[in-house]
Parts: sequence; C-alpha cells; structure tokens
Amino acid sequence: MILAMLVLGLLGLAVGAALGFVRKRFAQDADSLTSAIDALLPQTQCAQCGYPGCRPYAVAIASGAPLDLCPPGGQATAEAIASLLGREAEQPVVMTPTDCVAVIDEAACIGCALCLDACPVDAIVGANKYVHTVVEGRCTGCELCLPPCPVDCIALESVEEVALKWTRP
Amino acid sequence: MGVSNRFDTALPMSLATAFVLTVSSLAAFGMHHYVLVPLDLGYLRIVAFIVAIAGVVQFTEVFVKSVSPVLHQVLGIYLPLITSNCAVLGVALIVTESGAGLLQTIAVALGAALGFSIVIVCFAALRERFETQAIAPALRGTPVALITVGIMSLAFYGLRGIGQ
Repeated sequence: MILAMLVLGLLGLAVGAALGFVRKRFAQDADSLTSAIDALLPQTQCAQCGYPGCRPYAVAIASGAPLDLCPPGGQATAEAIASLLGREAEQPVVMTPTDCVAVIDEAACIGCALCLDACPVDAIVGANKYVHTVVEGRCTGCELCLPPCPVDCIALESVEEVALKWTRP
Repeated sequence: MGVSNRFDTALPMSLATAFVLTVSSLAAFGMHHYVLVPLDLGYLRIVAFIVAIAGVVQFTEVFVKSVSPVLHQVLGIYLPLITSNCAVLGVALIVTESGAGLLQTIAVALGAALGFSIVIVCFAALRERFETQAIAPALRGTPVALITVGIMSLAFYGLRGIGQ
C-alpha cells in the first residue's frame, strides 16, 4: 500500500520534472504567430479595426478575433490571414467594399501641410503654402488625414465618384 | 471528429497521435517490466500508464508549439485530447498484458501507430469528399461521417487473422 503510493508519487514527480525541463528548453517567444499575422496586415495603424494599431489587432486575431475588420487590408488581407490560420473553412470572410479614397477639396485647401504627416502611406502630395492633393492610387482609406485638417476640406469618396468627377483640364 | 473533416489538419494530428502512441507504449513497457512487476504492483498499470501518456502528450504539445505555432493554434484543444484516445491506452495495455519482449513491443506500437494514421487520413479524405456530394439533409455532417466510420471498421476488420 505504502509502496504503491510511493511509486505513483515518484512517477508523477518524475514526469512533472521532465515536462518542466522540456518546457524551459523549448520555451519559444509567444508572439511568433502574432508576428506572422502582423506581417500580413497593411501597417496603416489607422485603428479602424477598433484596436490601437496593427500589432494589437494581430494579437487579437491570434486569440480569435474576427478577420474582417481591416478596410485598408481589404479582402486580400483577410483571405491571406484566413489561409495562414486555416480558418477559411469556418466562414468565408467577406469584406464589404467601403468608400475608400480621400479627396481634398482644392478650393478650400490652405496649404498647411498638416495632413502630409498624418498619411501613413504618403499618398498626399504638396508642400507648405501649396495646394495639396491625394494620389488616388496610394490612398488606402484609413481616414487618418481627416482630423488634422483645420478647414475640414478632406472627404472620403467612393472610387467611382472620383472617376466621374474628374474632368479633362 | 474534431479535426478529421479536413485533410490538412488530419495529417499532422494523426502524426502526433502516432508519435504519442509509440512513445507511450515504449514507456509503458519499460515501467511495467522494470518497476511495476518487480515490486508486485501490476494492478497500478492503468493509472501509471495514464500518467505516462499525459506526460508524453504534454511533451508533444510543447514540441508542436515550438515547431509550428500556426499548427498549434489550428489543432487547439485536440492535441491535449490525445490523452483520452482509447487507442493509445489500449495498445499500451495490450502490449504489456501479452508479455511481449522489447522488440515485439516496438513492432506492435509502430504498427498500431501506422494503422491509426492511415485510418484517420482516409477518413479525413472521405469527409472532404462528402462536402460536395448530395446527401440527404438529415444525414449531412456527423451522421454520414459516423456511418462511414462503421463501414470503414468493417472493412479493416477483414484484415484480422492475416498472418496467424
């Protein structure tokens, strides 16, 4: 009886010690999965997903957050992350296309250059005291340029609207 | 049933289970032969084997996590659930009760592991096929999978007795 208890106790201790040693030896940085997800996100740091940056969103995705919260990444990013995590079989990620281009009303622009710094993808061209404009091809729709503008002349428009409004100079 | 609905998750899962099966059968043999029987504690077999299996499973989980964190995330809870896999404990018990030597134990364990992997991979492939088939609504998903398992076990049962 005592022998049985002793043997089982020693067995448990031995297995536990071996596991502790193995865990220490194989301890890996907890965020290699997070880094893999973060590498797929567009790094716009616009917080439209509800998290304060792309890295916090990557951490949340690693813990099971939904994949369709990133408008600048769009459908392509969502699908890439889904196939990385093997989650595409659960529910197909469908991102609704949003109005995704910032347009500066050039008549109202005062050339203060505050929006130039705010743009993470450098899509605004212009200089101090010169009229600014948004390069439509580069804009990801992150909306970070809207708050700094003192005259509120930046608006988000859908891509079709911008194409229609363009007139030959 | 948890990870066998896709081939990509079933294959690493079956390899993990096969590894656990082999290692824990060997550990069980060693424990039984060198510790339990000499001390006349054969009746502690089941408890001791379960402790060893749990340890091996935890080691496998740490290993999978360090090799591929994505795989670890995908398999999720099903890796620790290998501990409750009847095949793992069953092979350990069968091998020790039959009184086989070390080489025979290794052979039986490896064979069982290989057989288990084949079955799970076939099952996963069949389940993937079923997703595009027209199956009666009442039988879709789990029911038809269980029917498949029954028919598969009948098929593999026919392999018994070969080599006797």
